[in-house]
Amino acid sequence: MTLVLILILVPFAAGLGLLCLRPDYLRRILVGCTTLAVCGCTLALARLPTPVNLEAVPLNHHWINVGMMLIEIGMGLYVIYVGLRAKHPLIVALMLAQAGLMGWFELTQGSHLEAAQNLFVDKFSVIMALINGVVGGGICLYALGYMREYHEVAHRDVADRRPLFFALLFVFMSAMFGLVFANNLKWLFFFWEITTLCSFLLIGYTQTEEARRNALRALVMNLAGGLAFALAIVWFYKQAHSIELQVLIASKQSLVLLPAALLCFAGITKSAQLPFSSWLLGAMVAPTPVSALLHSSTMVKAGVYLVLRMAPVISGTKVGLLVAMVGGVTFVVGSLAAITTSEAKRVLAWSTIANLGLIVLCGGIGTYEAVWAGVLLIIFHAVAKCLLFLCVGVVEHKLHSRNIEDMSGLILRMPRVAVMMLIGMAGMFLAPFGMLISKWAVLKAVVDANPLLSVFIVFGSSATLFFWVKWMGKLVEVVGSCERVKKELVLGESVALYGLSAATFLTCLLFPLISSRFVEPYVVDVYGQSASLSQGNIIIMTIMMAMVMLFPFSFISYGHGVKVVDAYLGGANVNSSVRFLGSASAVENVTMHNYYLRSLFDETWLSRWGVIGSAVLLAVMLVMACL
Amino acid sequence: MSIWIRVILYLVAAPVVGCLLAGWDRRISARMQSRRGPPILQPLYDVQKLWQKQNIVVRRSQNFYILFFLLLVIFTGALFFAGSDLLLVIFALTLAAIFFVLGAYKASSPYSFIGAERELIQMMAYEPMILLTAIGMYIVTKSFQVQKIASHPTLLVLVLPGIFLGFLFTLEIKFRKSPFDLSCSHHAHQELVRGITTEFSGRTLAMIEIAHWYENVFLLGWVYLFFASSPLLGVAVSLLVFVFVILVDNVFARLKWQTALRSAWVVAAVLGFGNILILSLLH
Repeated sequence: MTLVLILILVPFAAGLGLLCLRPDYLRRILVGCTTLAVCGCTLALARLPTPVNLEAVPLNHHWINVGMMLIEIGMGLYVIYVGLRAKHPLIVALMLAQAGLMGWFELTQGSHLEAAQNLFVDKFSVIMALINGVVGGGICLYALGYMREYHEVAHRDVADRRPLFFALLFVFMSAMFGLVFANNLKWLFFFWEITTLCSFLLIGYTQTEEARRNALRALVMNLAGGLAFALAIVWFYKQAHSIELQVLIASKQSLVLLPAALLCFAGITKSAQLPFSSWLLGAMVAPTPVSALLHSSTMVKAGVYLVLRMAPVISGTKVGLLVAMVGGVTFVVGSLAAITTSEAKRVLAWSTIANLGLIVLCGGIGTYEAVWAGVLLIIFHAVAKCLLFLCVGVVEHKLHSRNIEDMSGLILRMPRVAVMMLIGMAGMFLAPFGMLISKWAVLKAVVDANPLLSVFIVFGSSATLFFWVKWMGKLVEVVGSCERVKKELVLGESVALYGLSAATFLTCLLFPLISSRFVEPYVVDVYGQSASLSQGNIIIMTIMMAMVMLFPFSFISYGHGVKVVDAYLGGANVNSSVRFLGSASAVENVTMHNYYLRSLFDETWLSRWGVIGSAVLLAVMLVMACL
Repeated sequence: MSIWIRVILYLVAAPVVGCLLAGWDRRISARMQSRRGPPILQPLYDVQKLWQKQNIVVRRSQNFYILFFLLLVIFTGALFFAGSDLLLVIFALTLAAIFFVLGAYKASSPYSFIGAERELIQMMAYEPMILLTAIGMYIVTKSFQVQKIASHPTLLVLVLPGIFLGFLFTLEIKFRKSPFDLSCSHHAHQELVRGITTEFSGRTLAMIEIAHWYENVFLLGWVYLFFASSPLLGVAVSLLVFVFVILVDNVFARLKWQTALRSAWVVAAVLGFGNILILSLLH
């Protein structure tokens, strides 16, 4: 119990402290200590048997509720102020609607609104907490070095507001812990809104025109989700006279279908599924640690967390089917769109959206197999995608570009980062790494539940293959001479990157353990049975893993017994592999560019029809839930 | 037969059968073009000769990728003939192909680069249909295990006709035959600079050739699965399919990659998904 409270309160306090600290070295000490403490606590929590007994500390204290209420009012006023200043009527309207609804609810029902348990801990929340604590902690360490370089070298024009930046990171972290441990839906909602606000402030960090616009867009869409959340709470209370998440999950389908559908809607906005994906793409203007922390590893996972929690309720209903279809459409559109763009962070953003779509698909199907696969996806995606974001951040600072075409020859220029990027990408889509195992599990679950939905997966995953491999190819290809970048990484960055690379391998090697210790107990808790990988397949996976790990050893014979010549350039080489004699005897340089298939898939066209299609699906879903 | 005997049989016999198939391929193709054609063992002579040649590279590490390509292709086939999970077989095959593509990227010559891009497009083109084939077999036999699929009493092709046709379509891509020989043509007479394999020579090129022998046997093994309940028919159809692929190769010219990708996806959506749709409506 104390651990849970520490996890929520310590980062929050650290955040407040960081807001006041100006000197860089004090900040480094505080960030380092807090990260260590948080990591230690989450690991300690993971060792405890669940469900953890939380009865010991009474949390129904009057003052806690008052305090939360005051913070909520403060946040509401701030959002309205932002809306007014930006002349954005939708923000004001959504905020007022939400505040009005919750205010009316509190006033009329306030005295009865008590949850037997405000917080709870089960295996799923422990998994989320581990991701938040360990991966999130790693990102905070990385951010120390990154932000210094950001302000002192790369972006001198941007006002240095690092105290606010780090304060927001830690407040966000604390809110995420609150979110995954909350059982009282009002508390969950409270933390949910804090993450929305943190995301808004961090996207707008640079205060450029573009950043502000994108931040407002993110705010609008997440407020729409917040409104759905508020409606869900009110409706659920009206139906079941309870505001507890666990009661909601255990309730009869027909009774709570509408609140569950509304919560899924909120989850879909939060995890940037179509038709709301544009906010996540816009959020890429924020500094890279923000993209890694909020927009790939943790905050967007809060959305799919909620959808997966709702899975038992919506499983087998039309609502569930429609949620699954929204996820499926997002997966296909996201994967295809990622082919067409050469900007690294945009590719990562589309791929994040696509993978979250896959998890939503699992939640919508809602069978025990699907939920098992969905939780696995959350774990593996968080680790590998975070690693990729952080690598792109480093590359961007050194090469002053985040265009994939400029990363040609990175294996010679920044060998360490390039290898880690390759590990991250392998982790994202290659057998036998975690993401692929999970995709395989998803495919099995989908075919068992509804084979027709598999069409989304087969087309989406083949597109996934294309854009990852061509990126990998760019990293290993070498055209011309490549100078090695001096001092690739600073301390915080190396800790985070090496840690995450190791984690990508470890999560894969320890896959059976993660599955049997954390994921399966949760699924058994909810469904009474669980899926798992068969012994034979685990052995095959291990053999494959061993083969892949042998690959680096082939470099022992590097350059042995081979004769090195220039590449074939139609016989017109000019003393090298990179220049040739063109027409009129002009010496030309060789350039090679990847295919982006833009004549076949157009990003705007894809997103437009994706938005229209998924919006229709969502609308039908809400109507179905009302009937 | 126990698993190990089958795997060892595959490891030993597949290159022999693959080599003979490649020889027949060249002979039959030659006859279709009114030539006499080389001896049946010509592919073996080619590989022998390549093995003795000097190893010339552009980038020192490019050959390592090909070694792992070969190992993983052999591994894929071994998994298949050991009777394990069909999806796992597909993933292993994909991993192998990715090593091949990365090797070509590593070579960093414009020709191999274009070949690598086109190989990727081909992979993207055939992947959906191959996955749908596995899914179709699962729906009928309730298992992804090759072993269980092979011992299922129904003749799979009767319930999966659309998927069978779609699978034949992707075989054209996997066998590197016209109209889908985009990344590198199977025939030296069609182009001297062979796309993805441009910068590989000597022993490494021989490895690529051997990998194709293994791969082709594995693919024909998969064709056999459609007819597994009647083994003789299965073998006969597999060989017929092989002749059919050669015929198509000689009849068609190469397509543009746009057409290749589009047509492969349309085939997967119509024949593959259509078949699954009808199956799940009937059930």
